[in-house]
Amino acid sequence: MSDKILYAVFGDDEVALNAAKKVTSEGVHVSDVFSPFPIHGIDPVIGLKRTRIAIAAFIYGTLGTILALSGMYYFMIYDWPQDFGGKPNFTFVDNVTSFVPITFEFSVLLAAHGMAVTFLFRNWTLPFMKAHNPIPESTDDKFVLEFRASENEKSLEEIKAMVEAGGVERIIEKEA
Amino acid sequence: MHQEASIREPLILGEKTYKDITDDVIRPIEGKASKLWYIFFTVAVITALYGIGQILYLLGTGVGVWGLNKTINWAWDITNFVWWVGIGHAGTLISAVLLLFRQKWRMAINRSAEAMTIFAVFMAGIFPMIHMGRIWMAYWVLPLPNQFGPLWVNFNSPLLWDVFAISTYLSVSLVFWYIGLIPDFATIRDRLKKPLPKHIYSVLSFGWSGSAKQWQRFEEVSLVLAGLATPLVFSVHSIVSMDFATSVVPGWHSTVFPPYFVAGAVFSGFAMVQNLVIVMRKVMHLENYITIKHVEYMNIVVIVVGGIVTVAYLAEFIMAWYSGNPYEDFIYLSWDAARGPYGWAFWSLIIFNNLIPQLYWIKKIRRNLYWTFLISIGINIGMWFERFDIIVLCLNRDYLPSSWTMFYPTATDIGIYVGTLGIFSTFFLLFTRYFPVLAFNEVKTILKSSGEQYKKQHQDNH
Repeated sequence: MSDKILYAVFGDDEVALNAAKKVTSEGVHVSDVFSPFPIHGIDPVIGLKRTRIAIAAFIYGTLGTILALSGMYYFMIYDWPQDFGGKPNFTFVDNVTSFVPITFEFSVLLAAHGMAVTFLFRNWTLPFMKAHNPIPESTDDKFVLEFRASENEKSLEEIKAMVEAGGVERIIEKEA
Repeated sequence: MHQEASIREPLILGEKTYKDITDDVIRPIEGKASKLWYIFFTVAVITALYGIGQILYLLGTGVGVWGLNKTINWAWDITNFVWWVGIGHAGTLISAVLLLFRQKWRMAINRSAEAMTIFAVFMAGIFPMIHMGRIWMAYWVLPLPNQFGPLWVNFNSPLLWDVFAISTYLSVSLVFWYIGLIPDFATIRDRLKKPLPKHIYSVLSFGWSGSAKQWQRFEEVSLVLAGLATPLVFSVHSIVSMDFATSVVPGWHSTVFPPYFVAGAVFSGFAMVQNLVIVMRKVMHLENYITIKHVEYMNIVVIVVGGIVTVAYLAEFIMAWYSGNPYEDFIYLSWDAARGPYGWAFWSLIIFNNLIPQLYWIKKIRRNLYWTFLISIGINIGMWFERFDIIVLCLNRDYLPSSWTMFYPTATDIGIYVGTLGIFSTFFLLFTRYFPVLAFNEVKTILKSSGEQYKKQHQDNH
């Protein structure tokens, strides 16, 4: 299925944000935004939901806590209990205080790495991946709004007129 | 948009645009390395190779080539380990703790501070590994099933906590640093013309496009990782201190150690950042981004944590005296230490760590780069002596005066230490040559609130 895409290139983040606000208030859907740094406040404007990646991190962290505690229970209490200098550690409760540091470290380890891996996979940013930013300058000093004909009731010509009024620097049209 | 009080000094000097920021930071990567860089690099590599040679000699011959004896059975090895771990504390503190506190000045220095952290923790990791003597059995520190029962590692031991703490700290810092680098690598990828470098940075950038959803996740990840890394910073050096604090050696067995070690670590870490950053901003022409104000902010942190360290020393000294325990009269902070054969080490510690940094109360000195550079070197010497004093001065006065002895480092002791400085410098120089030393895409976000010309415009409008 062929689709027409319009890229509106802006030279300033605030101008791009205001343009996005203006077009969305008139019912236009912004498909994506490409920018060299996050434009604060644009997520609700273009209808992006909040990411759930922090929830994932919490789950990984909890998993780390459970794994660390159950592992140490198995190693130190169940499988091979030892008597260190007359301080027996045959029960978990007596020993749990000295398990705190590793439980903490292991929870952080799993939460951080789990979150990082989730981040990379959800973004689909992995080694040898191809970037899909429309113009190379969008990682430098240009801010690009993407409009797709298939996602908008208004025609691309109308959207073009709207962004031109909003201070666009350059417009690129592409067939996808 | 976020407005900043006009009396605050700007963090980006000169009339800069977004493009200027990119250009200024990437220029050294695109251009050829300077002669100065090659000179530094050659010296660093030679020192590193010498250190590696010494390490191989140690591994081939045994730990006997160190100057340890039966009374002083820990010395330079653990001193250097703790020193390097301590230095490795500033990076994550700057990037994580200051991120949570929304300190904008962190942005110009966090990248290089984190790089320094990672390389310093690498260096720290070398010492316990080679200290094992049989480094090929280093994997025994992990709880792996084995043929001895299986016999597990001791989870009650702070030495094992250290294994988990340091490896977690290293790997989490590395991930935090790399995720921050991805968008900057993407910028470099999109600018370069030569096919091979372009391809390399393309692989490094993981195909980052900078779409809205990617940035949204990026910000969330940065925030949560900062939240996770903050307690990590405090836990790692607390655990390192417990290597000593949970032992029964007088002077080590001290409940003040965890907070005091953390403060000391931040102290030496910031001093090392100052040393690296002051040279880097000059050589790489980044004076507009790493300003005198940045240096001053760091010096303010240095004087705060230095104050905590000084108070901790006083507490140790007074408690040792007040306890009335004769063994406490011979610990590293005691009258005996001050007057004994290691008096020079004791006074080095006091002078470099407590007295000289007080000069930072004078505004002219804390805003002066030469003074800052010298005092920072002094702090690093002082912090090295702190660890040396804790270890050697507490051990050299054994319970029986007949076992009292001195520690003399051998050429291998010195060689390995100097070698790690070389390896560290090699890594750092490669970093400055091929990596964006400033998180420039992040710096762009504060241009309008903290850039000089924007602040001026804002002031004129009022």
